[in-house]
Amino acid sequence: MIEAPDLSLSALSPFLFVFGAALVGVLVESFAPRHVRQPTQVALALVGTVGGFACTLLLAGRGEVTAAGALAVDGAGLFLQATIAGLGALSVLLFAERALDPARSAFVASAAVPAGSPRDRELLTDERVQTEVYPLATFAVGGMMLFVAANDLLVMFIALEVLSLPLYLICGLSRRRRLLSQEAAVKYFLLGAFASAFFLYGLALVYGATGTVQLAGIRQSVTDDGTGTLLVLGLGLLVVGLMFKASVAPFHTWTPDVYQGAPTPVTAFMAACTKVAAFGAILRLLYVAFGTADWTWRPLVYGIAIVSMVVGAVLGLTQTDVKRMLAYSSIAHAGFLLTGVIGLDAGTGSGLAATLFYLLAYGLTTVGAFAVVTLVRDGDGEATALAQWAGLARRSPLTAAIMTFLLLALAGIPLTSGFTGKFAVFRAAIEVGAWPLAVVALVTSAVAGFFYLRLVVLMYFSEPAEDGPSVGVPGLPTTIVLAVTVAATLVLGVVPGSVLDLADGAARLVG
Amino acid sequence: MLATYAPLVGLFVLAAGFALFSVTAAPFIGPRRYNSAKLEAYECGIEPVDQPLSGGRFPIKYYLTAMLFIVFDIEIVFLYPWAVANDQLGVFGLVEMVVFIATVFIAYAYVWRRGGLEWD
Amino acid sequence: MDTVPATGLLASSWLLIALPLAGAAVLLLGGRRTDRWGHLLAIGTVTAAFVLAVLSTVELAGLDERSVGVDLFTFISTGRLDVGAGLLVDPLSMTFALLITGVGALIHVYSVGYMAHDPGRRRFFAYLNLFVAAMLLLVLGDSFVALYVGWEGVGLASYLLIAFWYTRPAAATAAKKAFVMNRVGDVGLALAIFLMFTQLGTTSYEGVFGSVGLLAGGTVTGIGLLLLLGACGKSGQFPLQAWLPDAMEGPTPVSALIHAATMVTAGVYLIARSAPLFDAAPVAQTVVVVIGAVTIMIGAVAGCAYDDIKKVLAWSTVSQIGYMFLAVGLGPVGYAAGIAHLLTHGFFKAGLFLGAGSVMHGMGDRTDMRRFGGLATRMRTTFVTFGLGYLALIGFPFLSGYWTKDAIIEAAFDRGGTSGWVLGGVAVLGAGLTAFYMTRLVLLTFFGEPRWEDGVHPHESPAVMTLPMVVLAVGSVGAGFLLVEAFPLADWLAPVFGEPEEATAHAIPPLAVSVLVTVVVALGVLTAWLLVGRREVPTTAPARVSAPVRAARAGLYADAVNEAVFMRPGIRLVRALRVVDDKGVDGVVNGIGAGLGGSSARLGRAQTGFVRSYALGMLGGAVLVAGALLAVTAG
Repeated sequence: MIEAPDLSLSALSPFLFVFGAALVGVLVESFAPRHVRQPTQVALALVGTVGGFACTLLLAGRGEVTAAGALAVDGAGLFLQATIAGLGALSVLLFAERALDPARSAFVASAAVPAGSPRDRELLTDERVQTEVYPLATFAVGGMMLFVAANDLLVMFIALEVLSLPLYLICGLSRRRRLLSQEAAVKYFLLGAFASAFFLYGLALVYGATGTVQLAGIRQSVTDDGTGTLLVLGLGLLVVGLMFKASVAPFHTWTPDVYQGAPTPVTAFMAACTKVAAFGAILRLLYVAFGTADWTWRPLVYGIAIVSMVVGAVLGLTQTDVKRMLAYSSIAHAGFLLTGVIGLDAGTGSGLAATLFYLLAYGLTTVGAFAVVTLVRDGDGEATALAQWAGLARRSPLTAAIMTFLLLALAGIPLTSGFTGKFAVFRAAIEVGAWPLAVVALVTSAVAGFFYLRLVVLMYFSEPAEDGPSVGVPGLPTTIVLAVTVAATLVLGVVPGSVLDLADGAARLVG
Repeated sequence: MLATYAPLVGLFVLAAGFALFSVTAAPFIGPRRYNSAKLEAYECGIEPVDQPLSGGRFPIKYYLTAMLFIVFDIEIVFLYPWAVANDQLGVFGLVEMVVFIATVFIAYAYVWRRGGLEWD
Repeated sequence: MDTVPATGLLASSWLLIALPLAGAAVLLLGGRRTDRWGHLLAIGTVTAAFVLAVLSTVELAGLDERSVGVDLFTFISTGRLDVGAGLLVDPLSMTFALLITGVGALIHVYSVGYMAHDPGRRRFFAYLNLFVAAMLLLVLGDSFVALYVGWEGVGLASYLLIAFWYTRPAAATAAKKAFVMNRVGDVGLALAIFLMFTQLGTTSYEGVFGSVGLLAGGTVTGIGLLLLLGACGKSGQFPLQAWLPDAMEGPTPVSALIHAATMVTAGVYLIARSAPLFDAAPVAQTVVVVIGAVTIMIGAVAGCAYDDIKKVLAWSTVSQIGYMFLAVGLGPVGYAAGIAHLLTHGFFKAGLFLGAGSVMHGMGDRTDMRRFGGLATRMRTTFVTFGLGYLALIGFPFLSGYWTKDAIIEAAFDRGGTSGWVLGGVAVLGAGLTAFYMTRLVLLTFFGEPRWEDGVHPHESPAVMTLPMVVLAVGSVGAGFLLVEAFPLADWLAPVFGEPEEATAHAIPPLAVSVLVTVVVALGVLTAWLLVGRREVPTTAPARVSAPVRAARAGLYADAVNEAVFMRPGIRLVRALRVVDDKGVDGVVNGIGAGLGGSSARLGRAQTGFVRSYALGMLGGAVLVAGALLAVTAG
């Protein structure tokens, strides 16, 4: 008789909630009549994400390993899961926005119709929607939550696929500019598959070197047997796979194209949630499995952080599209986050807490920024060319003010969450003696600040174009998202104490 | 320690060699007999078409069906070891398999309702 | 001296500041709705603050430890710096609070009449209230930071009020001048506070004074000199005196309250409050004394030459504050004397300004004394109150100025040695000059033949204006005796400055000093009578005059010096900097920008849009990663 593994259902409850909602969503998609699908799916997706969020909150304070060592339930994991579920819920609200597009959705009516065909043009204004996006997004949220809790490389890989496959798909579901959207989806899929292959190959090498796929087992093996060539190569390939998801340079090349092509609510979702999930996995891999051999990867991460910050900041300078600019911003922020990863010394938790806080703050601000992008539209959908944003402040002072505030947060100006986050990760890096990295981070922050401020200047000090875009009046969902993200950005910037304490208390990895 | 992988590499080489050999050798050494049976539909109902090597094209729907087949293929792959070890796995194993099959079934229901199983 | 926590009424000392502040807020935010009753509210808040100050003082007098701390809230808490917002209620701060609220209330009342027909009356009272609140914060705060906040607050109020009639270019310019010159001083004060923080880690009075002994001598001297720079800026002392006469462009009640009685004395307060610092820095003290003496002479000489009634009074203020600086620079013997003179000066100079305002009111806002004359009969109350203020200022025996100025002169002589003689001599000479220019002013204004322009019909001001003048005149007469003889201020201030020491050996007997001063003053009066009173007064100032008179008329060339030494080189420096900025800094910045942009464009070419090149990039990255890891492990 084989012993059944010990399964803590309460520890699994967040996953059960999210995946359960997604599965019910698939059934609804199968059997419910078309006209009830949209509201039902939105409700289900919200129930799933908010429920998952609530479950993680209820689990707060737990620290254990369950499911035969496959899952870790710990402070850092739960914090990240809650962050993902919360940001996921906000993204779902953006998905559900009905007021902005004349056809009442940012998503395509029927994805299978060839782009540009007569049927496609016919459907452009149809109020039908490919409502599969909701269960798909819910699956992705579930995969991301599993990703940060995985205590086993195989589970981590499964989670990686569970989060990636739905994302590939929904990237291609834009209602407007469908070819661009589909191109983005294919690129993301191909490169994502490539990256998954790296991860899988790394997994195989690590298994070959240590004989186990469990993070704790790898840690034990590293401690006992040291690091052989095979193990180090495996670690490198695993890191490549994860860095791809986190859009860290030089594995970032997909990011601008995909961010630009994907429907903007999906971009918001990817930029916020995927980043959180990928960094959760990076932290777990580097600190739980390889924490005792950090001398192997520390120089590597150090270098990658610099490359990512420099590439993101410098390339962002010449972008002419808001979404691409935010994509490069995301790459630069990945570098800033890696400074927090460097700042996690064995024994001290400052870097971990700082990274957790940064992820939360950055995720909220990014969702808000992309939400603003969905508002600025012309007859052809969203107006994402920077030139079209000229003089926006005259057309809509409130929109411009919100965008300015969020951009300032991304630039890390005091009294915004961006400043608090940057301060925390840079301090963590300096605490472990990595002050040159902090210096580079500060310089690149200044460079990146330039392109954020350029947009601000453009909005306030340029003459609006004659046929410039108009600013749509958002419906309730987007309004909620904007209110929450702006408020959170402000609160985390002005009185970050309680959340910093929360992150500090949560900064624990078991395994 | 890499030496332990030598048989594995050997296996890779053997497999690759066999695949290459079969594909290249078949047109040359295979007998060419033309008859009406060659043009009949396969048992799965698919019309025979030109080989891709000689310039023909598969309908894209074929890939969809093939992928659906793989899903169920993998389901079976999981079912076999469970069936073999059912005595030792007990109720826990049964529950797990039911959960697994149920989820696959939900996906199946979706494919079916959305016409994924229809050729035209 | 230990500070005890506040109890009872004193715990609500913050109301002193909050009342006028609330008044200002209501008037400024309430807009036109408050036009009709706004001035009454302003008077009400200041009067209430005065009543509260009186009651608090009575309660304070009854305590054993006459020093009470009131903690309000934490103002700044960052790193090693903890600045609590708290108040220090002690004899010194309450003395000032009484002066500010008392004289302030009287001037508020006066302003009702003076500003009756001004369309901006509400704004005027709002600024006045704001000033009172800031000034009270300045004197009641328990740390240098609180003082600094009040310091900047009164600077702001002063700026706003000098430029109250901002449509007049002269007023706007004067306000700017006052602001800029004050900034020069404020920088000194700010640097002094920074220095305290870096050296001591605290800015509270208690903390700083308690650890003066830990500081190196040079540091204490540095802090003292920086504080002095701030004090000079605010109090119009050499070399920052030039703004004060120009500030007379503001409405006369402002000149009386801010530029005579209270704000300009903040420098004296600062030095007196920092007594423990200055006592430990003899060099700084000597500089204070020298500046006081120099300013006495500058103010007195310039005061002799001006024909504008308010400017003469302004130079007189400069000179009188010089006396106060001289006193507080003398150390423990002089603090109480300086503060006493500050208080009596507050009475008689405010009274004189209000009198001048009343004259201007009657003369259609003219200020040229050469076109006055013979007003004694037309404006009786003004004449009598002004005359009493005049007598008090020149030190007529047994009036206010006599008591307090003599005390300072005595203390100057008591310093001993050559410096004592020089300082005492300067002080006596200053008293004589004061007598001269003030007598000239009174003669030109109230006596002789009327030299009025056509259409001017002098008349007495309404009761709402004369009443405050009467009250201040009574103060001018009696305050000196009360503060020096009846209830010695030195005893009341003992918890702050220590018990007054009886000077054992006087360089000159006090009686001799009194006689000497009185004789010199009489000489000054007589000279004025001979030169001005007996002759015909030309209605325009004679152009052909001797060099000293020209110098005095030009304010001893302070503006010219400022322009030559600071302004023109400053402008040249700024131009040079601009060139450097345009060519050098901008060049570098633009170069960096262009460089970054160029590399961005070049790097951007890697973003081809082709999946194959992206994949190749990833592969390259992976190879690098693997190589780096292997290099690290192998190495």
